[in-house]
Parts: sequence; structure tokens; C-alpha cells
Amino acid sequence: MSTVRVLVGTKKGAFILTSDGKRQNWQVRGPLFAGWEIYHLKGSPVDPNRIYASQTSGWFGQMVQRSNDGGLNWETVGNTFQYEGDPGTHKWYDGSQHPWEFKRIWHFEPSYTDPDTVYAGAEDAALFKSTDGGTSWQELPGLRAIKGHLWQPGAGGMGLHTILLDPRNPNRIYIAISAAGAFRTDDGGQTWRPINRGLKSLYELPDPDAEVGHCVHHIAMNPSRPDVLFMQKHWDVLRSDNAGELWTEVSGNLPTDFGFPIEVHAHEPETIYVVPMKSDSEHYPPDGKLRVYRSRTGGNEWEPLSEGLPQKDCYVNVLRDAMAVDSLEPCGVYFGTTGGQVYVSADSGNTWNAIVRDLPGVLSVEVQVLP
Amino acid sequence: MIRVVLPYHLRTLARVEGEVEFDLAGAVTVVAVIEALEDRFPMLRGTIRDPVHFRRRPFIRFFACKEDLSLDPPETVLPEAVRSGQEPFLVVGAMAGG
Repeated sequence: MSTVRVLVGTKKGAFILTSDGKRQNWQVRGPLFAGWEIYHLKGSPVDPNRIYASQTSGWFGQMVQRSNDGGLNWETVGNTFQYEGDPGTHKWYDGSQHPWEFKRIWHFEPSYTDPDTVYAGAEDAALFKSTDGGTSWQELPGLRAIKGHLWQPGAGGMGLHTILLDPRNPNRIYIAISAAGAFRTDDGGQTWRPINRGLKSLYELPDPDAEVGHCVHHIAMNPSRPDVLFMQKHWDVLRSDNAGELWTEVSGNLPTDFGFPIEVHAHEPETIYVVPMKSDSEHYPPDGKLRVYRSRTGGNEWEPLSEGLPQKDCYVNVLRDAMAVDSLEPCGVYFGTTGGQVYVSADSGNTWNAIVRDLPGVLSVEVQVLP
Repeated sequence: MIRVVLPYHLRTLARVEGEVEFDLAGAVTVVAVIEALEDRFPMLRGTIRDPVHFRRRPFIRFFACKEDLSLDPPETVLPEAVRSGQEPFLVVGAMAGG
């Protein structure tokens, strides 16, 4: 039977949760890197035992940890993330220009074909690439050339948090940045263009249809249909059927369309999941009831999923990188909360169980299925 | 012999317990001690000073002989008590408050 491995990044360390394919009985290992913020861990699709972890601290800066044995042993690799050339400036909160400054890595995205090739999304927003297993990093600076001087950090910082690789076309990459928007390259990262047409930010931007500046919270794709993208924006849930050329709102009957994560079912590319939060002023579930919403129609028609989730007095948040799906049948869905719970549904969201309830605040969740 | 006390998280990262001790040829300055630390423990590169500009991280402090040396020039020669190993050189994570 398969083994399922869930990689959990939290505010005070990493945890690895394992189970067999039934996903009922779990072993919890951790904390790894105790006391450090672990923004994200992700394994290579080619070699699942190759895992990259972003270990970060306001005191000691950025570390990159790499494991070659599924998380049993770790080694530090390169942590020099240097912007190419003169890094220039971006817009600051007071409207002035502010120098680009590296703060941390939000997200790692390993290549589909080479375990030594991995992309890293940084704050202040930039995309870095390593082809030597994280030993050295090079920026793909063409991204910041796309009106980077107009990008402005939001409350959570100006992080590049989403990296989607097109499994059919290695030259196509999608990325998203808080308070800057979504961008795409079709030449392996040399040149980029904004893909924000159709986004409307009525309350966040002076020009609701601006080319850049939209606060994209997360984008998801089913690898079998890499041209179809689903987005959770600050407000609004949207889809694009043409690789981001145009976005259409599909919030439909959601109780609120503010939230952070969005995911696509592993086998049903029109089944998507979001976790609505009450508002951008109140990052907690409506009515204190934690509910995942599922659409089986690619959006617009949503159903609440609550069985096994707390339905009273629940005021946690679910962050943008803290939701994942596995590739088993039926598809497993996972998410972690700022309250330290990690939930699993082994039946595509119909019912939920807490794997753990009292971890530090969860920053990220990824899942691997091992043969 | 130079004695260096690292904060908890850096001891964990470097996989050491207690003080770090090493001999240092040449002038015993703040920067010489940090460079020697980084040579012996490459995983500490970037944690005490940023890896691009080599500036002390804002929330790192250097103490020795009950003095705060954080704002002294990196080329400052450390006190005799540190040079002789009588007193340790302390790398400290600044108080977070709260």
C-alpha cells in the first residue's frame, strides 16, 4: 500500500506526518528545526526523498535545508539570494521608492524533471532558480522588469508565494505576488508579462482594472490541464481557461469570497476547494464555523464541507500555502490552520479528521504519495 | 585561544554544544572572529552577517567583557581578556521584547 507523507511548515519548526494510503492512522515527527519559522517544504516530483525546506528567522536570516532521504537527515545548502545587477526600488507604503531587500523564501517549487533544479519565491518579490540542488541561486530578473517599481508590499510583505510549472511546457511558468499580481513567462523566465486581465480590485486599487497591483493570494492548476488556472484573490475567486489571458469571477454562492488557499482535485479538474474567511479585516471563518467549500463545476456553484470540522467558536485562519491534495483514489485533501490543526479528508472533502490539533501556527502544507 | 558563545539557534544549526573554541592567527578583531567562525561552520554563513554585504544582522549583538561591541567598527581589536581566552566573545540574539 502507498505511504502518504505530509510536510508541514509552522511558525516554530517543521513536522512530517505519515500514514498508509488509508490516511486514518498517522505518525507525527518533529519539530524539525525547532523554534525556526519554516515557511515551506516541498519534495521533488522526480525524487520524492529530495526535499527542500525554507528555514527563516528575523534574527538569523534565511537558511535553505535539503534532505536526500525523505526528511530523516538534513544539510544546509546555499542561502545567498542576490538580486541581479542594481536591484532598484519598488513602491513603499508612503508612496516613495524603497530599495529591494531580500527577506526570506516563501515557496520552493522543484522541477518536474530534475531533482537538482528548483525555483524559489522570495520576499521582496523575485524568482530565483538553482540547478545544483540549492547550492547556488540565480535570480530571473526579467520578472522585476515588469513594472516592479509600481509593486507595493501588502500587510503580509511583498512575497512571491506561488510558482506553477507547466508540466507540458518547461518554458512556461506562472507566478503570483501579493499586492503585485500574477505573471507568466513562456521562455523559461527570461521575459515575463502580467496576466491580470479580468481581475477587479474595487476596494484595494485606485484603478480596479490595473495591469499590476492586484493582491493575488494563490493560484492552483491541475497538471493535466495546465492552461486552466484557478485563483483566490484577496476578494474574489476566479478562473482562467487560457493560461491567464483572461480571468472570470466564479465566486458564485460562496458566503464570502475572501480567503487565502485554493486547490484543485487531483482527478477531477473541475473540482476545486477554497476556505472562505469572513473578510480582510477579520481573518476567521464566518460565524465561527470552519468550512471548506467545494465546487464540482469549476466554480460558481459551491457546497460547504463541514463534517468533522469545528462548527462553533472557531476563529482560525488558513494561509495561502497551507492546503494540498494527494494523488490517491479517492483524492485526499489537507489543510493546516493558524491554530495549529492539520486536517485531512480521505474522501475528497466529504468528511474531515484532525491529524494533529496543537502544532504551532501552520504556514504551509504539502503532501507526497510514495509507492 | 578564542572562546565564542553562540545563541541557542546557531548552536543548533552548527551542531555544537557549549562554547566554540579556536586559535586565531593575526589580529583578533570582530570580523576575524566572525570569519573564523564561518570557515569552521559554513552553515553559519549569512546568519550573523548578511551574505551579500557582510553587514551585521540588525538583531545580532556582539558582547565581550560586559561591553556591547556591536556598533564598533568590524576591524576593532578585541580586548586582551578575549584574545587570551580569559573571557568569551558573545554572539547574542537581541531581545525581542514582548
